[in-house]
Amino acid sequence: MTVESSFSLLGTLTPQDISFVQTFENPVMSEFIDGAAGSVLVIGMIIVAALLTYYRGWKTLWFDWLTSVDHKKVGIMYIVVAFVMLARAIIEGVLMRYQQSIAVNDPGVLTPDHFGQLFSTHGSIMIFFMAMPFITGMINYIMPQQIGARDVSFPLLNAISLWLTAAGAALVMISLVVGKFSTGGWTAYPPYTGIEFSPGEGVDYWIWSISLTSIGSTLTGVNFATTIYKNRAPGMTLFRMPLFCWTSLCTSVLMIFAMAPLTIATLMLALDRYAGFHFFTNDLGGNMMNYANLFWLFGHPEVYILILPAFGVFSEVISTFSGKTIYGYKSLVVATMSIAVLSFTVWLHHFFTMGQGANVNAIFGIATMLIGVPTGVKVYDWLLTMVRGRIRLTTAMLFSIMFLVTFVIGGLTGVILANPPVDFAVHNSLFLVAHFHNMVIPGVLFGMIAGYQFWFPKAFGFRLAERWGKASFWCWSFGFYLTFMPLYVLGLMGAMRRTVEWFRPEYLGWLQASFVGALLLFSGFILLIVQLIVSVRQRDQRRVPAGDPWDGRSLEWSNSAPPPEYNFAVIPEVSGQDAFTRLKEQGKAYASPAAYDDIIVPKNSIVAPVIGVGAIALGFALVWHIWWLVALGFVTIWGAVIARSFVTETERVIPASEVRADHEAWLQQVRECATTPREQEDTSANVGRAEVLA
Amino acid sequence: MIENMVSMRRHQELPKILVQSTGGLLLLMFSVATTASNGFINPAGPIAEELRDHLIFIVMVMAVVIVPLFIALPWTLWRYRLRTKSGSYQPNWEFSWPLEILIWGLPAVIVVVLGWNLWHQSYELDPYKPLAAAEAPLEIQAIALDWKWVFIYPDQNVASVNEVMIVAGRPVRFRLTSGTVMQSFMIPRLGGQIYTMAGMETQMNLLASEPGQFRGLNTQYNGMGFANQKFITHAVSQADFDAWATKMSDSKPPLNQAAWALLAKPSVLAAPQSFGSVAEGLFTGVIAGFTGGHPHMKADGTDL
Repeated sequence: MTVESSFSLLGTLTPQDISFVQTFENPVMSEFIDGAAGSVLVIGMIIVAALLTYYRGWKTLWFDWLTSVDHKKVGIMYIVVAFVMLARAIIEGVLMRYQQSIAVNDPGVLTPDHFGQLFSTHGSIMIFFMAMPFITGMINYIMPQQIGARDVSFPLLNAISLWLTAAGAALVMISLVVGKFSTGGWTAYPPYTGIEFSPGEGVDYWIWSISLTSIGSTLTGVNFATTIYKNRAPGMTLFRMPLFCWTSLCTSVLMIFAMAPLTIATLMLALDRYAGFHFFTNDLGGNMMNYANLFWLFGHPEVYILILPAFGVFSEVISTFSGKTIYGYKSLVVATMSIAVLSFTVWLHHFFTMGQGANVNAIFGIATMLIGVPTGVKVYDWLLTMVRGRIRLTTAMLFSIMFLVTFVIGGLTGVILANPPVDFAVHNSLFLVAHFHNMVIPGVLFGMIAGYQFWFPKAFGFRLAERWGKASFWCWSFGFYLTFMPLYVLGLMGAMRRTVEWFRPEYLGWLQASFVGALLLFSGFILLIVQLIVSVRQRDQRRVPAGDPWDGRSLEWSNSAPPPEYNFAVIPEVSGQDAFTRLKEQGKAYASPAAYDDIIVPKNSIVAPVIGVGAIALGFALVWHIWWLVALGFVTIWGAVIARSFVTETERVIPASEVRADHEAWLQQVRECATTPREQEDTSANVGRAEVLA
Repeated sequence: MIENMVSMRRHQELPKILVQSTGGLLLLMFSVATTASNGFINPAGPIAEELRDHLIFIVMVMAVVIVPLFIALPWTLWRYRLRTKSGSYQPNWEFSWPLEILIWGLPAVIVVVLGWNLWHQSYELDPYKPLAAAEAPLEIQAIALDWKWVFIYPDQNVASVNEVMIVAGRPVRFRLTSGTVMQSFMIPRLGGQIYTMAGMETQMNLLASEPGQFRGLNTQYNGMGFANQKFITHAVSQADFDAWATKMSDSKPPLNQAAWALLAKPSVLAAPQSFGSVAEGLFTGVIAGFTGGHPHMKADGTDL
């Protein structure tokens, strides 16, 4: 595919690139699966569109959501993206486990090419389009409320970040129907991903979807860090912030510094592929080792970008459901900061096997183990937070406890991998695959699910059904162990990752066990959906209008559920840690403020969706060399930015009288609510006003 | 917590049983993995053996911080559960110096121990380091192609594809490069792995203690034939090795440019191949072909 050959209207795109056409022309199992996946996507979109039309939802969708710059709505939309992408990537995981479990001395059902696309999309989606949107959405929703702010510092930029991420996700989804995705894994190491060895659109899909989301994440980092530095309520000093805000701050700083090397690496790879450059080619001065360094200079901090917010969630959940202040607050802050700094000093451990000397390996190996110290401290801090508390085993708490147990096992295998000589033996093996799933599933996903269970009533005004949540929890937990413990064993037995077919009969039992585990994980996901549906149907018995269903400790629990657009009728004054608990103890919670002021909120804007659509068009056009559309997409994006700079009326005022009426009405409602003892947390008696625990 | 720890000391039997059962479980996992296994967990040479022992050592040391959590967590959840209100409730208890020193100190000590160990092991088990032995190592040049391995024996002037002959009890020094994308060379029962990259040379020193057959492979994904890119390592006696080399020289075709051009094309071979002689400087030529140094031929066999 050369640049010269493709100045036609549709670039290099041909009918044969549509997945249904491929299935029709080559009706084998692997193509059927591909075609079915594409069909599910297309039919799913048609159903959503039909439902929106039937329920007359388009207007609501556009005016209340897509054009909104409210951090709470942006946060929820991030999490919706994460859930949709999780659905796809988890099915891909199950499919790969199925293929491997039947492919011992047998080709199985998937072609090597299809399998390669599956592990590439699974990894890329889980990291960039599931975990990243999930943590970004969670921080977006919670962090401004915890620091007593009305929004993030740059609300429109926030929406633009969302739309860039969504555009990246859309490109990955489009690749399901139009063309193929990369087979180069989520790391896309050249020279394999160079034009010589991977011609075609696959790697380009990877490059442009990742580039878009990496720019979005950089902007998010800037936005969050600024918000935490500048938008805290009076009295909310840094050392009075909830731990979730601390971890959000560290994550934001990491995003600012770590996303850039990724953006650079993907763009350099693009120059190699599109413009005949030789950054990472085999010959003419290229060197793929530079790519490995750039990628992991991003890739390792990325692990902590994902895991630190989850650490924040665990801190909040464990403290709240133990009815106790966090143990070793300062210790945890120091540990979080240490992890953030150290995360930039260990990237080389992803390629101990590249042939650098023993001293380089040893230094990076020791730096890697050093991270184990603050992480170990955190684990024991969480344990000590429970000690002398009153522990309630809610769904969120169960996920947090299972995280503690499982995470230390991952920590153990992490220390094993940190040792360069031992790493030589298990690098690239299923042992490594088991290790990073062992960190990321309990460390990130369990954290996000716990946060979702914990804060859902705040966001939507009703509690989720605990029974289904707990059923889901057991599936996730047993599923995790059954899927990944066999992979550790297989790794020690010499089984390597990304293998489509096996030739060792002794692997069979372990692979089958792992497949059963994957089915359990999938059931856990389905049960989360069931929980959501059941809870929505029972929402009237589950409402918590008073806003504090769990006897919460930080400021987000001090307003209504769901909170008003402006979060706080009057910006709270903070006098110490656990700000809301303090107010409740002093009897100042739900007190009428002395005076109300007008509140300025940002107006909705179509700029972000326009940029998002422009970015999808630009990415798609670059993948297929449709140059007129490239120009159009580019002009749309920057045209929107320039046009926006001429808009002077970007804010509107909510008059003090309206704020007063709404807030006083809510306060009246709260005062009429009976307080709920913790024993009745999961009953309809819980309307969101907590009885003080003694 | 402190007084509880004291009371725990009276019931020392419980932790002991737990440690033993955990150790037992790990051993069981290892022994299951070892049976008929092609991993380093079932070592066939001193390097793999050290790697395995080192892995077990790390697990044991780490148990010092992990096992207490496994004991203390269920105990805490039971004792401080809301329903019975059995434990004392101190919602503002947030700090204790002795515990603070313990939870920072213990992991720090463990990292010092493991770090010291890691430093020495990194030098000791550096794949470039020649192995101490009475005999000079057997030198083999390995070239990674899509999706096959070419082994050249410069002293014997023979070559084999997808199988490699080594001498049991004699160190072997692999010099490695790639004629295509990056790959990773590994014979799991003998030791670790090292990347092979175009235009560059890496090295790996290994030793098989006893005669036998061991699977080797590329561990770095490189496309459609990746799963098939395996080779057999035959560790034989010196006499058998010499006999094999002589037989190859006498009976097999040469690895000339035409043969090389065929090998360099991406393909999965049905069976291993052998060559009775090798074009001079093939290995260095493959490297130079990418670097523009003194190129002998390009990776696809054509002259520059």
